[in-house]
Amino acid sequence: MADDLWIIGVSMTRFMRYKDKDLIDLASDAALGALGDAELTISDVDVLGAGCLFETSGVGQRLQKQIGQTGIPVYNVANACATGATAFRVAAMAIKAGEAEIGLAVGVEQMGKRGLLGAGGPADADKPFEPAGRYGAVGPVDGILGTSLMPGTFAQAGMEYAYVNDGVGFEQFAKVAEKNHAHSALNPLAQYQKAFSLDEIMSGEMIAYPNTLLMCCPTGDGAAAAVLTNSERLKSMPAEVRRRAVKVSASVMTSDPYVDGGSVQYDVNTLTRQAADQAYESAGVSPQDLDLVELHDCFATAELCHYDNLRLCEPGGAGDWIDRRAPWRDGQIPVNVSGGLLSKGHPLGATGIANIYEVSTHLRGEAGDRQIDNAKVGLTHVIGLGSACAVHILERSAA
Amino acid sequence: MDDAHPARIPYVGYLVLDDDEPYLTASECVSCGALYFDRRNACASCGKQEFQSRRLASNGKVRAYTIVHRSTPDVAVPYVSAVVDLDGGGTVKANLVGVKPVPDDISLGMKVTLTTFAVGTDRNGTQAIAFGYRKP
Repeated sequence: MADDLWIIGVSMTRFMRYKDKDLIDLASDAALGALGDAELTISDVDVLGAGCLFETSGVGQRLQKQIGQTGIPVYNVANACATGATAFRVAAMAIKAGEAEIGLAVGVEQMGKRGLLGAGGPADADKPFEPAGRYGAVGPVDGILGTSLMPGTFAQAGMEYAYVNDGVGFEQFAKVAEKNHAHSALNPLAQYQKAFSLDEIMSGEMIAYPNTLLMCCPTGDGAAAAVLTNSERLKSMPAEVRRRAVKVSASVMTSDPYVDGGSVQYDVNTLTRQAADQAYESAGVSPQDLDLVELHDCFATAELCHYDNLRLCEPGGAGDWIDRRAPWRDGQIPVNVSGGLLSKGHPLGATGIANIYEVSTHLRGEAGDRQIDNAKVGLTHVIGLGSACAVHILERSAA
Repeated sequence: MDDAHPARIPYVGYLVLDDDEPYLTASECVSCGALYFDRRNACASCGKQEFQSRRLASNGKVRAYTIVHRSTPDVAVPYVSAVVDLDGGGTVKANLVGVKPVPDDISLGMKVTLTTFAVGTDRNGTQAIAFGYRKP
């Protein structure tokens, strides 16, 4: 179809903590890598989408200052942990709208050892109590009115699933981490590349029950980038670029619709289900067609919920699904063969393009030791709390 | 300041410290019944702008919980955070108090009831009172 969208270049840095590179070094590495992969230069690019969550001032333009100031429109975006996917969609939408033929999307983050996300500041002991803000609070609420930090928030999301469904408990959540750490041992781009036994995971430091340390993603640095084009432009590209092109069969973004209690405990399920359903419909693909999935395992408890939200398992059956090892790389639908956020790492702005890098690399048959044989169709999912969700379905080129 | 009865202030605006029986209050959308604890501009469920205040039940059930072992330096750990579905409507997040911070002492679906506790006293001697939930 004339309006199909294609990924022709994709790249990511290894996720880790970089001492000698800054944010723009990382973004440059990924952007130049993706352009080289597409056999293009910055001069060919018509639009740039730049995603970074913690540094929102002109990251795209700062990147251009290093790799090429060509005067094209730049869109700097931030959308929680879906920031990278949002940058990708900026490029995709510009191409779909006919404003651009070649789009570059870059997602980058430098977090270092940032620590727990979601914390407010301590109370000011010298100030008289005075209600402030929309809740009329006289001080910070984290730890006084439940937890606001990410490990506990996602722990509660998992426990909610465990409450409603049978066969889900601490061990099932821990098995998710066992799988993803094992998968990461095959990925040279992962921040950590070490397998752990289920016992090591369950007996590790408890962060927020049931999430132990190894069931929480690390903070880190990294970047990922993708080059997109339309079918018409693809036709005039070198045979090798056409052969390696990956079709974007669905690109969907949702926000969280109203649900009772959603203002108290973020609902990470409904918007994921809606995005997945729209993506399957738009791509004409069913969950059983998927050869691999990269989903948003910021915490082990989250991944288990998303088996169900993405319709990978039977409704309510996520516990049984992990017990049967269905999401392992040799299972029914391999999930997070990159190691996932839990072990590959989660530099927030990069994540939503890094998962596209991972699936594209498998569809091209270039994933080395971790290659899923004969992968034809894959799905990527990210969720940013607050909330934003993106689902992409990618397919191997027929050419 | 009367030392025997220090001035008290609710830690959040949706806690009402009425004599001996504190309770939670919500803004209820007159049109669709959605409940909110914050100051509203309009209803996130239906978009209408008319609200009325509604007193919520003090009893409910634990829909989800977590036991927080690592937090920021100013928060004492471990503690139990829970999402509680209140009888008759409304969902609230708070700490479970008076339970051991171990999974064996807490169960999903467990019945709980509202309680209050003092968080601190400011330089004027005003005591901030927060709420939590305990086993009945």
